Amino acid sequence: MSDEITMSCESCEAFDPQPPANPVQALLRQDRMPTIWCPGCGLGTTVNSFAFALLNSGADLDKIAMVSGIGCSGRVSGYMNFDSFHTTHGRAIPFATGMKLANPDLTVVVYSGDGDLSSIGGNHLIHAARRNVDLKIILVNNMIYAMTGGQAAATTPGTSISTTTPYGSFEPELNLPHLLDAAGACYVARWTAFHVKQVETAVKEMLKKKGFSFLEILSPCPTYFQRKNNLGDGLAAMEDYKKRSKIRHGARTDEVAIIPGHDIICGKFVDRERPDYLSLMRQQLGEHYHETAGAVV
Amino acid sequence: MLSATADPVGVLTGVHFMNGDAAACEGAVAAGARFAAGYPITPSTEIVERFANRAPQVGGVFIQMEDELASSIAIQGAVWAGRKAFTVTSGPGYSLMMEHIGYAAMTETPCVFIDVQRGGPSTGLPTLPAQGDMMQARFGSHGDYSTISLCPNSPQECFDLTVKAFNLAEQFRVPVMVMMDECVGHMTEKVAIPPAGEIGIFPRRVTTKKPGEFLLYEPGEDLVPEMAHAGNGYKVFVTGLTHDQRGYPLMSPAQQRSLVTRLFEKIKRAADQLVMIDEENVEGADVVVVSYGITSRVAQRAIQMARSKGLKVGRMRLQIVWPFPEKRIREVAGKVKALVVPELNMGQVVLEVERCAGGQCKTIDVPHPGGTVHKPEDILEAIERGAR
Repeated sequence: MSDEITMSCESCEAFDPQPPANPVQALLRQDRMPTIWCPGCGLGTTVNSFAFALLNSGADLDKIAMVSGIGCSGRVSGYMNFDSFHTTHGRAIPFATGMKLANPDLTVVVYSGDGDLSSIGGNHLIHAARRNVDLKIILVNNMIYAMTGGQAAATTPGTSISTTTPYGSFEPELNLPHLLDAAGACYVARWTAFHVKQVETAVKEMLKKKGFSFLEILSPCPTYFQRKNNLGDGLAAMEDYKKRSKIRHGARTDEVAIIPGHDIICGKFVDRERPDYLSLMRQQLGEHYHETAGAVV
Repeated sequence: MLSATADPVGVLTGVHFMNGDAAACEGAVAAGARFAAGYPITPSTEIVERFANRAPQVGGVFIQMEDELASSIAIQGAVWAGRKAFTVTSGPGYSLMMEHIGYAAMTETPCVFIDVQRGGPSTGLPTLPAQGDMMQARFGSHGDYSTISLCPNSPQECFDLTVKAFNLAEQFRVPVMVMMDECVGHMTEKVAIPPAGEIGIFPRRVTTKKPGEFLLYEPGEDLVPEMAHAGNGYKVFVTGLTHDQRGYPLMSPAQQRSLVTRLFEKIKRAADQLVMIDEENVEGADVVVVSYGITSRVAQRAIQMARSKGLKVGRMRLQIVWPFPEKRIREVAGKVKALVVPELNMGQVVLEVERCAGGQCKTIDVPHPGGTVHKPEDILEAIERGAR
């Protein structure tokens, strides 16, 4: 096989049979590749941006714990070469909450999907933002329950076709930035899988931010959402994101709902300072709090 | 086995007058629990109220979560971050926690669930006792798994058995249930807390292997794997999916067989060391009353009444109900006329007694829907029936 490749590339003097290693390779569990994700899915792209952000952030990679729930996006934690926790459906955030409070030295990242974090796990999302636990939440929104075969989600835009809304959805979609803003998140941003550099920048900002940080990344599901709604393949989705996305930092979050055919408002909507849960706990407890060496077994 | 002793910082050595809920909390703190998550529910709330008070004194954290789903998984995040952790609830909350009892069983996360049982089904009787969650403790989460349940019958035992629950959780890496009931939780009695040096502790089985040499789910000789915590360079992979020894998802019938069999076997093999029965006058008895929790105290009265009538009655009080002490029940069933099983439910543990007795003797249930305890006379009547 290598002969064939060499022959076809003879004219290229710079040909190197060993392609340069991808810098993010070390951050992935090589023995778990390939992923289960479909061709054209945006998840891999988001992971790439996330990995670059970590590499370029100077974060202590041994102290990163990745927590996911269930679903296509729920598989991210297990592909990353960190401490990986693939939890139950919707419960990544409370698991992460326990982990962060038990060992504040950890950087706890929750990487999961829209159905997982905002529908079955919606209550946890609200309360973790309200408490301002120092968690980094990356919610990949493909607007559908993909792993179970394309059912409508709380984030499915109104009138969209899914396997459980064959006549089009009758429900309006959840505007996640608005919800998180109201619940008190310190950082709220939205980008799409098209915005690879902006996602990387957002993740780096979240890593620096102390407090509940939330990033929504729109990502195509060519297998279900795009196909069911005649929106073309993954590439068509990228073109659509490029065309419809309008960057409006600081936009009012009640004006950023995702409506089919309308602009997709992207950007950093919220960036506020608020003491996080552990800081408030220590401050409030004052002399009553005794940190003991024996706390961690 | 209990190679360590309690950290004195968490042990309130001395003689106290406290209720079962408070004693269970002190048992947890003495055992080394430094994290609890809970959601208020009668009649268990006093346990977390006390822990909220005690936690800062011992470097611990208490967080009141938004529901029991969250509480029961937050504790597992804390465990993988290196703490000993527990949660507390009663029937309706216990139902919500089933999801994560299964997760703890599958991921072998050592943790403790305290269920202060009240009348059910559904909202039932929030302030009144029952023992209706006993089968739920054993089989409540979906799929097959094995776990351990303890049943205290006094505030003293709420302390002692909660300490033991933490030790068993660490030893076997399973979720362990402390199955209290409203009466035991709210009963106030003398509780003697020993010096820290006299409280044996089973330390977490943290691996000494280096990252790269360590497999997260490689079973030891007793089929229990060692653990590594997040943040220590091991890059652990924990999943509720059927997994291989690396922790990686491997969803094949062969792996399912190997994993689920081991999750069962690690408890089954240790069945003999997991027998904890308070027995009295069992040898030579015609009738033995098998009971647990608050019902055992009513049964004791019935036993005394029967003895005063000249009947030969023995007592078997199950302190560990799950795994069920099959061998011992079978043995006793072969020597008596009847086993009498009063419970504050419509007949749960009696099914196991009957199965193990295997027809060697009569098995007489004394069901009760809860809300109060049995009348001793009802148990006495069953004893007399058994003695005939």
